[in-house]
Amino acid sequence: MSADARLTGWLAAARAVRGAGPWRAALRRLVADRAALAAALFLLCVATGSLAAPFLPLASPQVMQLGEPRPPRLVPLGDHGWAHRVTLEFELEEALRSREMLARTEQTLVALARRACGAQARVFRRGQREETHGLALVLPYRRDLDPARGSELAARLAQHLAAETVDGKLHLRGGGDVAVRLVGASATDGYGTTSRFDAWLLARRQACFGFWQLGPLLGTDAKGRDLLARLVFGSRISLAVALAGAFVSLFVGVVYGAVSGYAGGKLDERMMRFVDVLYSIPFLFVVIFVITLLDAWQAELAGLGIGRMTAFFLVLGLVTWLTMARVVRGEVRALRQREFVEAARVLGASHARILAVHILPHLLGLVAVYLTLTLPSVMLYEAFLSFLGLGVRAPDVSWGLLAADALEAISPLSITWWLVLGPALFLGSTLLALNVLGDGLRDALDPRLGPAGGAR
Amino acid sequence: MSSTWRERLRHGLLLMLALPFVLALVALGRRARLERADVAFANGGEVTSLDPQVVTGQAEGRVMNALYEGLTVKHPETLAPLPGMAESWEFAEDGLTWTFRLRDARWSNGDTLDSADFLWSWRRLLEPETAAAGAYHLFCVQGARAYAEGAHDPARREALWSAVGLAAPDARTLVVTLARPTPWFLALTSYHALFPLHRASLEHFQQRFPARWESEWMQPGHLVTNGPFKLRERRVNDRLRLVKNPEYWDAANVALRTLDVLALEHVHTALNLYLAGEVDWIDRVPPALVEELLARPDFRPAPYLASYFYRVNVTRPPCDDVRVRRALALAIDRHALTTKVLKKGERPSWSLTPEGLAGYARPELAHARDAAPEAAFAADCAEARALLAAAGYGPERPFPPLELHYNTSETHRDVAEVLADGWRRTLGIEVVLANQEWKAYLDAQVHLRYDVSRSSWIGDYADPQNFLEVFLSDGDNNRTGFGNAEYDRRVAEAAAARDPVRRLALLSEAEALLLAELPILPIYSYVSQNLVNPRLGGFFANVQDEHPPKFWHWKERPR
Amino acid sequence: MTRFLVRRALWFLLTVWLVVSVSFVLMRAVRGGPFSGERALAPAIEARLAERYHLDWPLWKQYLQYVGPFDWSEHGTGFLGGDGTRPFGGLLALDLGPSFRYRDFTVNDILAQSLPISATLGALALLVALALGVPAGIFSAVKRGSTLDLLVRLAATIGIALPNFVVAGLLLVFFVFQLGLLPPAGWGGLRHLVLPAFVLGLPYAAYVARLVRSGMLEVLSSDFVRTARAKGLPERIVLVRHALRAAILPLVTYLGPATAGILTGSLVVEKIFAIPGTGSHFVNSALNRDYTLAMGVTLVYTVLVYTLNLAVDLAHALLDPRLAPEEGA
Repeated sequence: MSADARLTGWLAAARAVRGAGPWRAALRRLVADRAALAAALFLLCVATGSLAAPFLPLASPQVMQLGEPRPPRLVPLGDHGWAHRVTLEFELEEALRSREMLARTEQTLVALARRACGAQARVFRRGQREETHGLALVLPYRRDLDPARGSELAARLAQHLAAETVDGKLHLRGGGDVAVRLVGASATDGYGTTSRFDAWLLARRQACFGFWQLGPLLGTDAKGRDLLARLVFGSRISLAVALAGAFVSLFVGVVYGAVSGYAGGKLDERMMRFVDVLYSIPFLFVVIFVITLLDAWQAELAGLGIGRMTAFFLVLGLVTWLTMARVVRGEVRALRQREFVEAARVLGASHARILAVHILPHLLGLVAVYLTLTLPSVMLYEAFLSFLGLGVRAPDVSWGLLAADALEAISPLSITWWLVLGPALFLGSTLLALNVLGDGLRDALDPRLGPAGGAR
Repeated sequence: MSSTWRERLRHGLLLMLALPFVLALVALGRRARLERADVAFANGGEVTSLDPQVVTGQAEGRVMNALYEGLTVKHPETLAPLPGMAESWEFAEDGLTWTFRLRDARWSNGDTLDSADFLWSWRRLLEPETAAAGAYHLFCVQGARAYAEGAHDPARREALWSAVGLAAPDARTLVVTLARPTPWFLALTSYHALFPLHRASLEHFQQRFPARWESEWMQPGHLVTNGPFKLRERRVNDRLRLVKNPEYWDAANVALRTLDVLALEHVHTALNLYLAGEVDWIDRVPPALVEELLARPDFRPAPYLASYFYRVNVTRPPCDDVRVRRALALAIDRHALTTKVLKKGERPSWSLTPEGLAGYARPELAHARDAAPEAAFAADCAEARALLAAAGYGPERPFPPLELHYNTSETHRDVAEVLADGWRRTLGIEVVLANQEWKAYLDAQVHLRYDVSRSSWIGDYADPQNFLEVFLSDGDNNRTGFGNAEYDRRVAEAAAARDPVRRLALLSEAEALLLAELPILPIYSYVSQNLVNPRLGGFFANVQDEHPPKFWHWKERPR
Repeated sequence: MTRFLVRRALWFLLTVWLVVSVSFVLMRAVRGGPFSGERALAPAIEARLAERYHLDWPLWKQYLQYVGPFDWSEHGTGFLGGDGTRPFGGLLALDLGPSFRYRDFTVNDILAQSLPISATLGALALLVALALGVPAGIFSAVKRGSTLDLLVRLAATIGIALPNFVVAGLLLVFFVFQLGLLPPAGWGGLRHLVLPAFVLGLPYAAYVARLVRSGMLEVLSSDFVRTARAKGLPERIVLVRHALRAAILPLVTYLGPATAGILTGSLVVEKIFAIPGTGSHFVNSALNRDYTLAMGVTLVYTVLVYTLNLAVDLAHALLDPRLAPEEGA
């Protein structure tokens, strides 16, 4: 081969080399760590499930059925009892035996429902196979169907029915009469106030699954509320609290620490002194205090548009930002000495640009690790506060609240084991996954973090 | 860093490290371990004071009953007044003058106890400086109220005192003149606000430690009492160790040598201690475990003179309309609540006063009656819906969300959730549950910043008067904005009536008025939830849930 | 060094002053006073109580009374209008005031009774955390990758994953009622502290194990350990004397937040196990609006945490000669 050709070959080969940047290498390490990968996938599932909670075919988390706590039941897997509906109960004067008559009665009722409120109804039979003595006309509960409450919808249906009945006999399509009597009308809103996104998900669920729902796979509590549903819907609040709190702490902590570490000198010293002072304050007391304050000023805050939950997020976030600030500051101080920063300075980049473009990306790894370690502590804080009665309150449900209920379920007289198993399983596995992921991230980003990387 | 500093640092740090262990030794060494008392019982939170005149609350009352004794003592089962400090008593025809003959009794330090002690103690109760929460109990005595309200003026003080109907003609006689006939006066003499205090020791400590006499006077060893027990040791948030008082007049009949009053807040902890045998009586049980406990012979809930109801703020819409209030009151499924949620045998209630008031015709909120509670409830709900419609609420004018306040407790939460759910289902009303912490909850009630607020009232004595006087227009405990001149008139007349039958009839009329206006939504009558070691004798269920420790003893083990 | 300590002392005073002032104002801003109850007090009586506890004074006067060093009340300093029986009072005279709720006690009394108990509990919990965590960490580092390591790591992470009150409930049922070994609650000696200390220290044992593990892993592959092994020292000595000493730094750093965490975690544990420590007063005093007790407890905790952080920094300096205590650290 001529020298030219060799050179060209070498140049081509040189150009073809794609170095693995530090991120790619870290990602590769992370993916290789099976445990961390599994944890990440698990967390993704949890997050998706939580977001899409209204779509899942779960029972209602708040409809009550007073009695004893019922143990988990796996067979039958589900039933058609989804309690987010408007129901009209009819009694047939004489039991219908003819299939044809039954079909026509059902059709008439369905058509009636569509005329009355434009909704697609279903009819369920009450009674034995051969002998139907009652019918239930069930419509999905839709807030837009009636501006006030579902009971109005039931009333409207009843009105229409009364209009079409002559002498207590309903005239059927295709001829014939059936004596029906309306014995009950009820509307159950299984989800309370929901956002538009949730309402849309509910509608999709209705379209997909109809009235089918999973049975009490994890049992029910003493008020008959399905535990699985409460856990899934509770995850929304728990995860929201954890994420919001962690992000508040991240935002405040990173900005504070970066500014302090980059500035150096007196400003740095003063800022860190402030952090030290705050570190000494027993934050939990402040949290309890502030929450008591928030409760006292609930009305005023609501006027400002700050709900109790929002204030709660902020407070929890403010508790955890200190560690983040310290760690970030240490890292930024180290980074500040590096050559690339000096180079950027020499080239005339402004401080803000250096911070944003050069330094912040280096912090991402660190921040990711600390995030995954802050989330569990915020969740545990929330559980702790719920135990003291200061956290999430009824009718909202969160994992912390369910864990506090779990404690109530443990006693020497009886252990309602499923009330303990459910929350322990969900809470424990999520926190475990977060910790494993955090460890994995730290190991993957290993070269970046020195021995000081070990902390909460 | 120089080496001397390193040395100092090392020593300093080691010292700091050793400090908690030294403290630990101190804590453990302070004879932490006490031998098990004869009887130990759980008394809720730590008592706020050992001065019987300033405290209110059931927990404090129990401690007072052990440490002190009044003119009479309640019989543990019938609650009839038994001789206490007073051997005998008689009252004049008009029921206004009571004469008590005191027995030869002593204080725990040996001093004699005579009528001057009672006179001085009751004067202290009324005096404004004491700031005694229980002062109003003595207002039935002639001139007492005037004294309490006017004594801050030094010019009138003595004159007002001489007008008070209390006299001690000799060391063993006490004469009380009432302002008006008070049928519960004798029961009142066993209430802790009227217990005598040892003047000499109190004044001694007030002189020696003018700035902090309260904390000095209440120390074990300083505190002088006249009851069946005296104070041996006091550990905050842990326990009060009481020992038998040998100077007590009836010491021969007091069976216990030591008595522990434990401050246990968490109800599960109390239960655990009971089941482990460390505690012999607990007065509250975890609601979740009621089913299991009912199967045990030592848990026997009994009727208790207390009502559970929801206060309604009648000053602001939508609850300012009586039809709305009536609708809310009717749409409560009391039967389901008491049988499926509370389960201890609570009785559904349609009145303010609880069951068990002898001779009183208890009026009820007008409601459907049917053998089957479900049918009755359905009828009530129908009426409720009709009432709401009549009040103008319907599809065009939806009912605004209601704010329901309750303080942190499992039971209150359960009841609130079930009731809110019921209202939502039957009336279509949206209810916002507001679980508040205790002080914020009280504050909201006092300042009328709520729609519906959970509430309860315990009877100090077995008479409808102390329930009904809560809702007088100017009542301190009204907190609903309710005021009805007719109601006030009837209650005032009843207070002045001499004929007991007429008195109760007037009170009944007043309550009927209240139930027509409905500033409250009656829900149920309490039961006591005592879990008691069956071997503890002298402990009986009674309607006021009072169990004076004087009568307790251990029964012989059955062979 | 002297300068360092002096500066720290000054900052300490500033911290304490800040905490006192802020909590003073906040407490009085919250709704609900210390004397409200289900049975309303007659307004005259409530006024008298307010008078007695100086709640009717202007805020600045109440503040000065609380901070001291002079007592402004009627029995206080002569030149401030009192009768001279008790000239000094307030924080600067180390007097934390009377408790508003427990009429028979001053805050000093309550703290004197409860602090040693909490200290015992805390010390034991820390001991548990170290006694369980350090060996587990060493073990897991030495046997890295084995099933045992995995199990230890799993147990450690589970210790962090469940709220401690749930663990407490389960352990209670098992150890107390099934096995009958330990008392369920109360305070009366070491037996009563076994379960609470264990429950309190468990999550921290888990963190300690992880810290020690990662620290040891760093160190075990380093030069001086290889030298020590080459010298023929027994493995145990290599581990404990050399490797551990190097790995102890992050552990010491962690002790600061760990102890602070134990202090706060004791709230729940003291409630469940009915231990009359300071934690049980923490929440109740805020809920009861017992201003003085609440502030007293906050102050005690602030002092504790500050001292702890100082101790950790000093320990750092001691252990790692390279690190002199920086002024700005």
